[in-house]
Amino acid sequence: MTRLLSRRALVLGGAAALAGCDRLARHETVRDALFSADNFHKWAQRGLMRPDALAHEFRPDQISPFFRANGTANPDTPAYRALWRSGFADWRLRVGGMVARPLSLSLAQLHAMPHREQITRHDCVEGWSAIGKWRGVPLSLILDAARMHGRARYVVLRCADDMGGGARYYESIDLIDAFHPQTILAFALNDRPLRVANGAPLRLRVERQLGYKHAKYLMAIEAVESLSGIGAGKGGYWEDRAGYDWYAGI
Amino acid sequence: MGQGQAAAVMPRMVQRHRLSTRLWHWLNAMLLYMLFTSGLGIFNAHPRLYWGQYGANFDHAWLEPGRFPGWITLPALYDLAMARHWHLTAAPVLLFSLLVYMFWSLGNGHIRRDLLFRRGELAPGHVWRDIQDHARLRFPTGEAALRYTVLQKGSYGAVIFLLLPVAILTGLAMSPGMNAAWPWLIDLFGGRQSARSIHFIAAFALAAFFLVHILMVLLAGPLNEVRSMLTGRYRVPEKRR
Repeated sequence: MTRLLSRRALVLGGAAALAGCDRLARHETVRDALFSADNFHKWAQRGLMRPDALAHEFRPDQISPFFRANGTANPDTPAYRALWRSGFADWRLRVGGMVARPLSLSLAQLHAMPHREQITRHDCVEGWSAIGKWRGVPLSLILDAARMHGRARYVVLRCADDMGGGARYYESIDLIDAFHPQTILAFALNDRPLRVANGAPLRLRVERQLGYKHAKYLMAIEAVESLSGIGAGKGGYWEDRAGYDWYAGI
Repeated sequence: MGQGQAAAVMPRMVQRHRLSTRLWHWLNAMLLYMLFTSGLGIFNAHPRLYWGQYGANFDHAWLEPGRFPGWITLPALYDLAMARHWHLTAAPVLLFSLLVYMFWSLGNGHIRRDLLFRRGELAPGHVWRDIQDHARLRFPTGEAALRYTVLQKGSYGAVIFLLLPVAILTGLAMSPGMNAAWPWLIDLFGGRQSARSIHFIAAFALAAFFLVHILMVLLAGPLNEVRSMLTGRYRVPEKRR
């Protein structure tokens, strides 16, 4: 009888502790503490790696047979549909914010710039991974061409997909990742132009972070000094909306 | 009044667990609880396991256990961001407390005195006798109760030196940032999806340890056992006649 009671107490105690954790997480200070683990991981990882340490690059025979798409599968707004119908001939990537020379780049112009090709693993925050071969223009070349101001600290990526209520997907990275050699604006996956599901016509690859940082359907990039005035100020759509970590290296 | 009677009236109390062991034990209990439940919450985002470098919906999964119910996940309602906040907050505390405990226990002789197998203990006959004793619930009494049995040493040693390090290292191996920082780590486990599978297995091995551990505490006398882990004071079970 005591044993039975103890076991029941154990199960009930366990469930009560979980409910307690949930209640605890509603307190401002506990929330702040839990959310600041992100800063610790960023600090620890940046301390352990060289700024230009590369993500692993795989052999062609290690590529996933099918590269899963996630998040928005098709922005499907009238404006995006029109761009898609013209084969993205009218699409332009606007480069602005804190730059001396704002740019407006067509897909043809991006194709004419120096490329980087990399077979890397895409890690979704949900837990799955897919390996694909990406081709694109190093972001550093574009930022240099636009002559970014020395005061800029982040690069914000603006996307075409409407996430509901007019809120567009966006993401941001700091300059360590923006100028990393593997950080490219990719227009091809596995030797073919990006499919709509994978972010056509252009998406970010930021290989040392999780999938939600790899903004798809790019429309504009913007150099900024602070993220506070953008969206809800957390640096990205999911960061604002669901409380995802801004630093997604873990 | 004979001496045997006096001993029966006045049970012998000893200081059993050091403060470092007690602190670490309860910190660990709390952390592993948070990590296991929030880990299941994270797992629910993609409840499929693979071997190798990659793995997603179109690839072959070796295990698809379905989603874990809310009564065992943290948070109870599916919230990947919150589950990750709990998990990634508790994980570094687990890592550093384990490192401190390992070095502390090496320094104060706890590992050498209490956890290392002694000569003859690993002899098949001795191990078999210990298994039989456990199965018959014949727990050591008198002086023998102050030492760990070979099964205890084996399981505590496995938790401290195998399961916890493997859980921590496979957790780190899943991080794309750590993959760039320490490429050897992911190679050690044969790819990110293998690391994720091993992380899952290690978590359930720790959960299995927890269940057996609780069962043993309940069977061996929960009051005495829990008190010894809270205050250090342990009543030595009277020698079996």
